[in-house]
Amino acid sequence: MLEIKNLHARVEEKEILRGLNFEVKPGEVHAIMGPNGSGKSTLASVLAGKEEYEITGGEVSFKGKDLLAMSAEERAREGLFLAFQYPVEIPGVSNINFLKAALSEVREHRGLPQLTAKEFLALVNEKSKLVELDGQLTNRSVNEGFSGGEKKRNEVFQMAMLDPTLAILDETDSGLDIDALRIVANGVNAMRSPERSFVVITHYQRLLDFIVPDYVHVLYKGRIVKSGTKELALELEERGYDWIKEEVEAANA
Amino acid sequence: MAYEGDELLESVTNKEYEFGFTTNIETDKAPNGLNEDIIRLISAKKEEPEWLLQWRLEAFHAWQKMTEPEWAHVKYTKPDFQAISYYAAPKNRQKYNSLDEIDPELRRTMEKLGISMEEQKRLSGVAVDFVMDSVSVATSFKEKLAELGIIFCSMSEAVKEHPELIKKYLGTVIPRSDNFYAALNSAVFTDGSFCYIPKGVRCPMELSTYFRINESGTGQFERTLVVADEGSYVSYLEGCTAPQRDENQLHAAVVELIAHKDAEIKYSTVQNWYPGDKDGKGGVFNFVTKRGLCEGNNSKISWTQVETGSAITWKYPSCVLKGDNSVGEFYSVAVTNNAQQADTGTKMIHIGKNTSSTIISKGISAGSSNNSYRGLVQINKSADNARNFSQCDSLLMTDHCGAHTFPYIEVKNKSAKVEHEATTSKIGEDQIFYCLQRGLSEEKAISLIVNGYAKEVLNKLPMEFAIEAQKLLAISLEGSVG
Ligand SMILES: Nc1ncnc2c1ncn2[C@@H]1O[C@H](COP(=O)(O)OP(=O)(O)OP(=O)(O)O)[C@@H](O)[C@H]1O
Ligand SMILES: [Mg+2]
Repeated sequence: MLEIKNLHARVEEKEILRGLNFEVKPGEVHAIMGPNGSGKSTLASVLAGKEEYEITGGEVSFKGKDLLAMSAEERAREGLFLAFQYPVEIPGVSNINFLKAALSEVREHRGLPQLTAKEFLALVNEKSKLVELDGQLTNRSVNEGFSGGEKKRNEVFQMAMLDPTLAILDETDSGLDIDALRIVANGVNAMRSPERSFVVITHYQRLLDFIVPDYVHVLYKGRIVKSGTKELALELEERGYDWIKEEVEAANA
Repeated sequence: MAYEGDELLESVTNKEYEFGFTTNIETDKAPNGLNEDIIRLISAKKEEPEWLLQWRLEAFHAWQKMTEPEWAHVKYTKPDFQAISYYAAPKNRQKYNSLDEIDPELRRTMEKLGISMEEQKRLSGVAVDFVMDSVSVATSFKEKLAELGIIFCSMSEAVKEHPELIKKYLGTVIPRSDNFYAALNSAVFTDGSFCYIPKGVRCPMELSTYFRINESGTGQFERTLVVADEGSYVSYLEGCTAPQRDENQLHAAVVELIAHKDAEIKYSTVQNWYPGDKDGKGGVFNFVTKRGLCEGNNSKISWTQVETGSAITWKYPSCVLKGDNSVGEFYSVAVTNNAQQADTGTKMIHIGKNTSSTIISKGISAGSSNNSYRGLVQINKSADNARNFSQCDSLLMTDHCGAHTFPYIEVKNKSAKVEHEATTSKIGEDQIFYCLQRGLSEEKAISLIVNGYAKEVLNKLPMEFAIEAQKLLAISLEGSVG
């Protein structure tokens, strides 16, 4: 599904990803944890095709294709979805029109027939229930005036609508209250399938009680420095990152 | 996506003008130049009464003493008024009973413009008065309107059929000597539309005129007069296109609106005259005077405009709020791209008591264009409890375009409440990336964001017009992204 080899990326002369290796197979759920500023969101942006970041080395293949050669919109149409850490507001553009336009591009690319207005609305109904998104929010401008939690739910709603093969969730749990966390996690779990993979970026082990990952990785200074199973998250919760940092420094010394 | 100015510049400037074609209809054209003889010729061609010829000549004499205004934030080479032909009428002109009798060539022009009259007739019940190079060629729906006593016809016809109304109202809102271009228009106007809604009548359909400059080297000087009698309502749509020409074409129109007691006029414009090429060559000079008079108590006039075309736009649709409790509104989206320049806005003159006005202006500048909002809110001594709210937003698409706001506020009555808000923002890279990440193309992303930005104004347009305006915004701001 996704194979990252020795990826290097920088922004404004600052190297952020420094030889990152990472592989996701179909149907797997990977959690990425790591201290603030370690490069988690940068990895997500680089994968999604944000041009601000300069790729200085490495390879990324997505479903056997060269991901780095594709434009951001091609990646999205091919089935890569990013739930943003900070979703953007687009005043005056209704959520529903935005999604209609997006879904129509995506379906066209995937060779699927366009939905009729009725089918589209039925889909909106179904998927907004998945994350218990208030029907009003689907009619409001994209993220405008949404609360932090509503924005995150809206990201998951959009994900459900666009039916990706690889979804990257960047701190989708932050800012959610306990109930919302469960709702969003249930939404994600409902979408798990042998064909669909998830990369879940989070700071909190709590989320992983709800979305149980197959693997947990620690990203530190632009590299994956430790990988394990869900127990690793528990250990991090208990011990923090210092011991990992020490291990890394020791290995480098 | 790094949204560097130059890339965006590329992406938005590669769009050729979509309506650049000319129609091959024989025309009957006056020799270039402006003098009394030409004015006599125009008046004679149009079989006008003596009073109107004199009216024109007086305007001409006033114009001769005036100089072209220079205060607007635009730069251009002034037109040579002696190098313009002031009259071009399609030849072989006949009266038509239905659109089906019209010259097929002209029909094709209309279809290329996307007007498709049958469609419009069928779908939306719009009565269209199509002005091509000055002479009104076809008017539809007239009979249906006539049953209600509504008059909707070309200005030439109105001069013949309803001289008392024309004599009573022509030039009462915009005096002939109001400004340089208004005086020029008064001297040489060739045609335009006239509309009269009788007392208590609600016009059941949108009235619509399409203007189009067709003949090379002709200026277009149309004249529109809309009178809404007591308690009546009318919504009027004006759409404009001009074929592609290298030389600058002059367009100096005058539009006068009069709303009597309890009457309401909604006037909507979508303007996409040829803007010139990427380097600023050619394009229409759009010097237009539009003003509405809220004559009676409780009357209301709303101007809504979507301005995407013309090399230079100089236009300030205004409201004179004379009647007590009268309301004036101005909703505007003005897009400039490449080398286009726009200086547009409004004047709200409060005279009556409890009068209120709203101004919403959304400027969008791309390329190396210049976009200025210029507005005056004037509260006179007599205007107790006057209210104004103005909001002027500017959206910049590149780093090297210009957006300027010139709000003038004159308050002579202490009870007035005047609010003014202004913002300037750059189109967000993050917004564009967000759209791309959902699978939208860059073009579509820009179109969505810009239309969202202009929504408050677009929402004021009648349905079919709003859709057309949205497309126009997209067309004028996007190109082959590569
Ligand atoms: N566009 C940018 N310009 C300059 N520096 C940047 C940019 N993007 C990221 N960085 C820097 O790169 C580093 C990694 O940032 P990133 O957002 O990827 O961290 P993160 O792991 O997601 O952190 P957090 O847990 O706080 O969300 C930080 O030091 C950040 O300041
Ligand atoms: Mg982050």
